Amino acid sequence: MPESEAPPIDGVSVEINGHEVIARKGELLIDAAERAGTYIPRFCYHERMKPVGMCRMCLVEVDTGRGPALQPSCMIECTPGMKVDTESEITKKAQDGVLEFLLVNHPLDCPVCDKGGECPLQDQTMAFGPGESRFVEEKRHKEKPIPISDLVLLDRERCILCDRCTRFAKEVAGDPLIHFINRGNDTEINTFPDEPFSSYFSGNTVQICPVGALTASSYRFKARPWDLDTTESTCQMCSVGCRISIDSSRDEVQRFAGVDIDPVNWGWLCDKGRFSSEAVNADGRLSEPLLREGDSLIPARWSDAIRRVSDALAKASSPQAIGIIGGARLTNEDNYAWAKLAKGVLGTDNVDAQLGDGLPAEVVLGLPAATIDEVCAPGGTVLLLAPDVKEELPVLFLRLRHAAVSDRVTLIEISPRTTGITSLAKASVQPRPGEVGELVRALVARSNTDRDIAGIAAEEINAIRALLSAANGPLKVVLGRASVAESADAVVDAAAAVIEARPDTRFLPVLRRANVRGALDMGMAPGVLPGRVALEDAREWYESRWAKVPASRGLDTEGILRAAADGRIDVLVLLGADPLSDFPDQDLAARALTGARTVVSIDTILNASSRRADVVLAAAGFAEKAGTTTNVEGRVNTVSQRVTPPGTARADWMLATEIASRLGVEFGFSSPQDILDEIGSITPAYLGLSIEALAASPDGIVLPLDLPVDELVDEIIEEIIKDVAAEIETETGEPVDEFIDVLAMTDDDGFVAGSTPRLVSFVADAPLPVPPLDSYAFRLIATRKLYDQGTIVQSATSLAPLAPGTSLLVNPWDLDRLGVAESGRVTVRSSRSSLTLSVTSDPGVPRGAAALVVSQADVRVGELIDVGDPVTEIRIETA
Amino acid sequence: MARLTAENVELATEIIGHFPRPKSALIPLLHLAQEQDGHLTDDAMVHIADLVDVTPAEVLGTASFYEMFKMEPVGRYMVNICTNISCQLRGGEELLEHAENTLGIRPGQTTADGLFTIEDVECIAACTEAPCLQVNYRYFHKITNNEFDELISELRSGARSDIPAHGTLAQVRQHIPADRQAGSVVPENTEVPVWLSVSEDGNA
Amino acid sequence: MTIDVPRIITSRFDRDDSFTLSGYEATGGYQALRKALASSPQAVADEVKTASLLGRGGAGFPAGVKWGLAPENVWPRYLVVNGDESEPGTYKDRMLMELDPHQLIEGVLLACYGIGCGQAFLYVRGEMPLAQERIAQALNDAYAAGYVGKNILGTNFSVDVILSWGAGAYIVGEETALIESLEGNRGMPRLKPPFFPAAKGLYMQPTIVNNVETLSNLPWIINNGGEAFAALGAETSRGTRMFAVSGHVKNPGVFEVEYGVSTFRDLIFKPEYAGGILGDRELKAFIPGGASAPWFFEEHLNLPLEKVTVDRAGSMLGSGAIVVMDETTDAVKSCLRIVRFFARESCGKCTPCREGTTWLEQILQRIYDGYGRPTDLDLLMDVSDNISPGISWPPKQTTICPLGPSAVSPIASAMKRFRPEFEARIAFAEQNRSSVPVDFPKAASHA
Repeated sequence: MPESEAPPIDGVSVEINGHEVIARKGELLIDAAERAGTYIPRFCYHERMKPVGMCRMCLVEVDTGRGPALQPSCMIECTPGMKVDTESEITKKAQDGVLEFLLVNHPLDCPVCDKGGECPLQDQTMAFGPGESRFVEEKRHKEKPIPISDLVLLDRERCILCDRCTRFAKEVAGDPLIHFINRGNDTEINTFPDEPFSSYFSGNTVQICPVGALTASSYRFKARPWDLDTTESTCQMCSVGCRISIDSSRDEVQRFAGVDIDPVNWGWLCDKGRFSSEAVNADGRLSEPLLREGDSLIPARWSDAIRRVSDALAKASSPQAIGIIGGARLTNEDNYAWAKLAKGVLGTDNVDAQLGDGLPAEVVLGLPAATIDEVCAPGGTVLLLAPDVKEELPVLFLRLRHAAVSDRVTLIEISPRTTGITSLAKASVQPRPGEVGELVRALVARSNTDRDIAGIAAEEINAIRALLSAANGPLKVVLGRASVAESADAVVDAAAAVIEARPDTRFLPVLRRANVRGALDMGMAPGVLPGRVALEDAREWYESRWAKVPASRGLDTEGILRAAADGRIDVLVLLGADPLSDFPDQDLAARALTGARTVVSIDTILNASSRRADVVLAAAGFAEKAGTTTNVEGRVNTVSQRVTPPGTARADWMLATEIASRLGVEFGFSSPQDILDEIGSITPAYLGLSIEALAASPDGIVLPLDLPVDELVDEIIEEIIKDVAAEIETETGEPVDEFIDVLAMTDDDGFVAGSTPRLVSFVADAPLPVPPLDSYAFRLIATRKLYDQGTIVQSATSLAPLAPGTSLLVNPWDLDRLGVAESGRVTVRSSRSSLTLSVTSDPGVPRGAAALVVSQADVRVGELIDVGDPVTEIRIETA
Repeated sequence: MARLTAENVELATEIIGHFPRPKSALIPLLHLAQEQDGHLTDDAMVHIADLVDVTPAEVLGTASFYEMFKMEPVGRYMVNICTNISCQLRGGEELLEHAENTLGIRPGQTTADGLFTIEDVECIAACTEAPCLQVNYRYFHKITNNEFDELISELRSGARSDIPAHGTLAQVRQHIPADRQAGSVVPENTEVPVWLSVSEDGNA
Repeated sequence: MTIDVPRIITSRFDRDDSFTLSGYEATGGYQALRKALASSPQAVADEVKTASLLGRGGAGFPAGVKWGLAPENVWPRYLVVNGDESEPGTYKDRMLMELDPHQLIEGVLLACYGIGCGQAFLYVRGEMPLAQERIAQALNDAYAAGYVGKNILGTNFSVDVILSWGAGAYIVGEETALIESLEGNRGMPRLKPPFFPAAKGLYMQPTIVNNVETLSNLPWIINNGGEAFAALGAETSRGTRMFAVSGHVKNPGVFEVEYGVSTFRDLIFKPEYAGGILGDRELKAFIPGGASAPWFFEEHLNLPLEKVTVDRAGSMLGSGAIVVMDETTDAVKSCLRIVRFFARESCGKCTPCREGTTWLEQILQRIYDGYGRPTDLDLLMDVSDNISPGISWPPKQTTICPLGPSAVSPIASAMKRFRPEFEARIAFAEQNRSSVPVDFPKAASHA
């Protein structure tokens, strides 16, 4: 994005309207001019896509020594000595002419157009257009609007054929499902008949359409731009941390749009993130606390509900009899407050933000980290040991796609089954479930292997080994839990193998849920404390700052659920967690909810688990509370409140603070900022973080900072304090010196470098042995799809129907072997349970394995899985 | 028929093999489909998309740009009458009018018996032979109204076996014998051509 | 057809077997290839440069210079043959392809050898199945005879010549659009710069795009030497050239004449050429180089058929297409017909061309149909000006390629010379119309 900054050193001097401008080498004229404060109008040009120079709006007179000539400034690179006149008569005439041509066939329905009020064509016309049309002929007429997908509608009369949506579809998303059709004056955008624009990224086309040709079904006719209030925030539909704007009117969220930040989303959003705006106002949002009476949950007063929770906690037989699961839905401040309550007040370490479907906290926090930019750096090599990023972290997929397609990045994929990124990978192999560790060990070994491993042929392994050896610079690994039907041990083992062989490797751990990374950073996992420190390392540090610290390492979610199932948990708190739906082993989750004495659910909408709770506390959701969030990279950015929560629903941090108070400990938090102040001054990895620093860093801040007080942050704070001081001085007329002193004090007291506990580092345990291959059994692969039965997707009316369901996917070779027909019904039997469903042939599933998608209607995959087993073995029989 | 026949898939594979990039074969393959079915069916476009590894929307995007490709059925004989400047000056429009009256259809329409479609087309490179027309792209030069009527009746009676049904263009195809093929040069092949690098003094 | 001497590219047109390999070999065919292979690729390129052969597609750029524009040390290079002849009034490449396909193929091979092209693509217009058939047969025979393909004539020169063809789109005659089409895309032109084919063409590799007639000259040039070729014609226009004379002439035809020597008057009036105006009527106007070219009139008849002279006189020889209009011609109608052609053939990429050419057609149609308004003539000129600023020659353009400005040529020409004919139609409309017709939308509805 063009932004003001110091002139580049090896710049190119050009003259724009008589003033010298130093452009970057190779910079497009349209961008250089904009940086210099001269905005050249445009419709087709978009700074995140390749220029096409076809709308002709950005024509300006350019003289490169052969006399002035009209040139599209979006296609012309600045060259030394170039003279540009964006205001000449000829330039103006050409631009006015183009505008008139665009309006020739454009309907004048601005009063009923969603884009009206924020439409570049309307704005241009208002500013420079003629008052009256000289076009007296009939305009083009086409049927309108036509749905081009479940989410997007197309009005071909309004379309000015700028190629933005089509370029986005092909160039950015890699889904060229919309295209120019016909020719010349009959040209239009359309899909192939009966093949809709079903891209996960379709909503971006609505956002970048320079007119109202593409509209979102969820936003049509809902609001006018001038009635909207807008706040920037960070999307919480997954952990990529896309920057968004939230638009509301009349205290109701109307839509989300992507905001362009360089290190993360480049302005793009996935449709799940974009259209999750509908879930904010969903029917069924909890607006008051509920208490169990017999079989029903009855609305209650907050004081009663909170007392019920604090009493239960106070009466728990021991700290180990309390378990807290969840945190991904929460802000960092919420999580810190809850971690402080759990570990610093209640003294329990039975806390886990993950639902047994991620990676151990020490792995996530302890591996040497890479940012998305570092992973995608041109010319690098990336090993994907991750879930299908297109399904789970869609905008990370876009970044990886760009890296592979445009920046010569070599992608090497090791996945249980082929994914949305497989076609972009230089190599992609699908090892047998549970054996990825052994495979990766061979891939990074010093010499070639002479045997097949995990079902992968030796030659193939050696070919990939060669690719990895040829990598320029440190290897980057995208690491995550690809299948919940196998234990995390295998992938952790793989990470250990890589780092052992190539210690300079950097990792991007990809957990899926919203702020799961922030929750782990804030200590919402067993064995860690806020600020990415181990319980044992930081015990002393926190003992001097908190009321207490847990005596020993506690249980993770699996452990908590086992303890609950065995009757050893008195209070089970679910912080926006629904283990009954999301924990891989559903039998265990169900037994745990039965076995726990008191179950407290804190959530925005009732889910399967909260329906079985004793107390339900109504929580404020996204866009209803302020705070910070941390993305997959460990990048902190803000989330903002745009609307008031429904009824009396409260932010999670308030509940923790209130409960602590009932238990006799005053946190002293009266706002998220109070909590952030404490986080920034005592949690080791977050030292130095402040609201001022965040305000000055729209891209967010990757933690930990290089220094206890980074020079940059220092400068920023100083600037802000000076500004505030100056303001106060002008208002009061008195000098304000104290503020400056505050800064000095912070330097002395806030950041105690020497005694800060060291951050967690990665240590791998030996993995569980995988049982020998049983030629009659199949190993199960359980993956996720973008749209599922999750609460938010199902609360967004546009998204809910998009969950595709699942059938059993089997390699055609196995299907043949089983003698089952495509689409035939089969019974799948594991040690736990059995399911009957239809089967689909899929060459992307390795032989000897079978794949299912979790969290889809009618098929409860979790019933098959025993989390105690390293892999889930199943048998397939004709039903 | 809709998807390409096995025989045509074989031909398609051969044509794709002529090009460094499969998509370059798109237009020839669309002609092949049109030769098979008389027009382009959706199924054929989906099949071709598969063969050259693009989406059906991309196939349609290309196909619909070119006026020879018909997305709807047309007559067995496509009668294209030129009315561009050279022909206009020598009676092309009058010939078109005569054709309309004779066949009882307007440009773009097909006779009820499905035999004829007429189009008023742009220059077909026979300007010195105006007025001219093509039947399924076979040329007829300096056509009078009487000659037109005669041609139509010959076509009706099946006497013009030299003119295949709409969709068939060249009836000879390029076939490169395997032992004579130099091979496609993909853009990734950055080697200097051997005849440039080896000798400065000729190769004979 | 009457032909003057020497005949360089049409020499076999009178033979019944002109398109066969045996006929070609019997008349000196593939001797130039043998000669070239005995010398260096550079020698071939030098010979073409010496010949000062101008491109015969329309722009008239020197072929030898074009070959030299490919950046050094960037490989592979491709050769693309433009056989998409479709400029209204133009009829020569089809003849060359149908009647002497081997001559073209030999030209292609010489170019590939000289330039170092790894592969050649011969793109024939879709509507020319006979040309496609003749070339396909010629290629099959030439492959079998060892002239094309692997180790040509036993040397280390290997190149495949691939026949491809279009499907009906005038714009594909523009070289970057042709490349798009050859890549399987919509034939929409690319912006130059940065996409000069010689640097970034087919698959973004250096690509030389030459016209059929241009390449058909190469065998003669190699056989007889570049100097022999350059000795023919005028200073700035060497060799011979094919011209098609059509429209209101007694003897329309295609003639190969010495370039830059004969005049328009010779070609239109001499009995061995077009033989004069039909019915001995008066000349009204003539188009000297295809529908894109501004019109010429009586006073231009004595200009030689020579590139620079014609350029300076405000038009172009373009694709060698001379269209003659006699005194009975309706200037408004001819102008409308040509504008309609460009409107129908606009690719739709650039706004001014997509919207502007159709708008111009609509205004002209209205004037022609008797619904013109007095303000329409200024509107016509101003809309033209917004497509081609200044309406000058050579044209400036607000578009990527020259198609949009080409629609302005006939309007500028006709309005300059025959404005009273437009005014008369409008005046007639004003007098005979009491109200706006019902199917004619009122301006008020678009306020």
